[in-house]
Amino acid sequence: MTKKIHFFLVIGALGMIAPFVWQVLTSLKTLEHTARVPPTIVPDWRWANYSRVFELIPFGQQFVNTVLMTAARTIGQVLLCSLAAYAFARLRFPGRTFLFGLFLSVLMVPPQLFIIPQYQIIADLGWLNSLPALIVPGLFSAFGTFLLRQFFLGLPVELDEAARLDGANPLRIWWSVMVPLARPGMVALGILTTIWSWNDFFWPLVVNNDPEKMTLSAGLASMQGQFLTDYPVLMAGSLLASLPVIVVFVLMQRQFVEGIALTGTK
Amino acid sequence: MAVLERVEVAAPPRPRRRDRIRWSEALWGYALIAPTGLGLLVFYLWPVLQTAYLSFTETGPFGGPATWTGLNNYRELFSDGEFGRATLNTILYTVLGLLGVPIAVVFAALLSRPGLRGVAVYRTIFFLPVVTTPVAIAMIWRWVYNGDFGILNYLLSLVGIEGPHWVADSRTALIALVIVGIWTGLGYNLVIFIAGVKGIPRQYYEAAEIDGAGPIQQFFRITVPLLSPTIFFVSVVSVIGSLQLFDLVYVIAGGSNTASRANPAFDSMETIVYLFYAQAFQQNDKGYGAAIAMMLLVLIVGLTAVQFRMQKRWVTYD
Repeated sequence: MTKKIHFFLVIGALGMIAPFVWQVLTSLKTLEHTARVPPTIVPDWRWANYSRVFELIPFGQQFVNTVLMTAARTIGQVLLCSLAAYAFARLRFPGRTFLFGLFLSVLMVPPQLFIIPQYQIIADLGWLNSLPALIVPGLFSAFGTFLLRQFFLGLPVELDEAARLDGANPLRIWWSVMVPLARPGMVALGILTTIWSWNDFFWPLVVNNDPEKMTLSAGLASMQGQFLTDYPVLMAGSLLASLPVIVVFVLMQRQFVEGIALTGTK
Repeated sequence: MAVLERVEVAAPPRPRRRDRIRWSEALWGYALIAPTGLGLLVFYLWPVLQTAYLSFTETGPFGGPATWTGLNNYRELFSDGEFGRATLNTILYTVLGLLGVPIAVVFAALLSRPGLRGVAVYRTIFFLPVVTTPVAIAMIWRWVYNGDFGILNYLLSLVGIEGPHWVADSRTALIALVIVGIWTGLGYNLVIFIAGVKGIPRQYYEAAEIDGAGPIQQFFRITVPLLSPTIFFVSVVSVIGSLQLFDLVYVIAGGSNTASRANPAFDSMETIVYLFYAQAFQQNDKGYGAAIAMMLLVLIVGLTAVQFRMQKRWVTYD
């Protein structure tokens, strides 16, 4: 029985990993080599494909842009969302239910509905082709607020009540009581945001079209537009662009998987 | 996006006695939600209303104020063959994409067998595409699908099948997209299903075993029914996601507009969001783009409502 299960799982796993293996092998071949029929497995170790990526697009600059965008969005979201989530979970104020419902309504709308006006706002501010354009709308998240509120609701009320009796104000309680207790939830949100930000494509594609201001995903897509058939270099570029986030995932796997599971369970 | 129908807006804790609103606490509450609240208002909520308004207007070719044109954009949409085709492609992609759900359920059931070794390794491998940049994924598959030098057709040729030019052939292009979509989303669905399967009490399986039920019977009689709320959730999320397909099409069809239209199979791959992008940001016809976005909203709400109606037939809550 277990043998049969492993048989199916191995077949599945091979199907999942094979395209990546093929990507790596291709990234190390010469262009002529990739046009060989039948294809050969062993590459000719052409490492120069990787340096070609840096010549074809401002990869270094785009990497920095992507890191800055991802870091700012992640830190901003985790902090701002946890403030709001704490208020929704613990403080009483008139209109709380209504406001929370308003937050949640954002989750139900497909992004295409706010992208045109968002673009207009960014353009009016003179921010097109700038770092703030990539970052600012991504600082605010209804999803993050919802996720962390769920987390805060699961924490014992006694702890922050004790702090309140000691005379701490809500900001203080948030920082010294809630934040340390909610670390697993905040880390999970942080990793989700990191990965989604890194891989975000539509918004960066729309607001920044100067190659120096682009993020990696848009840069990659533009590279393909110009060098449609140079697959070894395209494979090298896409490997370089996805590697950092894959490393983050492998290192922080448990928290990430928990975060995903949190979004799908009651 | 992933959480909508789980949401129960919690009622505020009922005070034991009717105490007055404590204004200092209330002010703190407003202050703490203000940054995210204002951000969402300016960048998300207000824009939705603006898009709705924009969809009834037209802007001149050189910008300037939008003029009210009533239902013009919508009338144009319905007589626009390209919009009809894109809608059909999108719906087809979405429906076929649902095949990913049963596949994920089966793998989750296999991976949840107690005492199975190597679960972490399998999970990591299945999950890899979820965290890989979609643009990179699209490029990898484009290369795998290459009609002349692609590995897929080579493998098929080994068993005597002459493969099509997958993404350059209008008969197979959409299927090729569906395969990539299912492959990409499998890991995400898997994690949610594994969490769901873990919530099923072991005793059910033990009892079934005593009654002589085999693994396949157990799967259909216990796992699937008890997992049905999760299956419903994943299906809803997957439909909403599929309806917004863009990245894959953008890269696989060839990037910029001119290049993609050179792909002979472009017509069978163009989706609603691709058309939205092309109209709003390449043709700079924001009003028409807004109307497309509104139609997408109608479609999402419609299909989600249909799913909610049908859930009574197959979802069991205990």
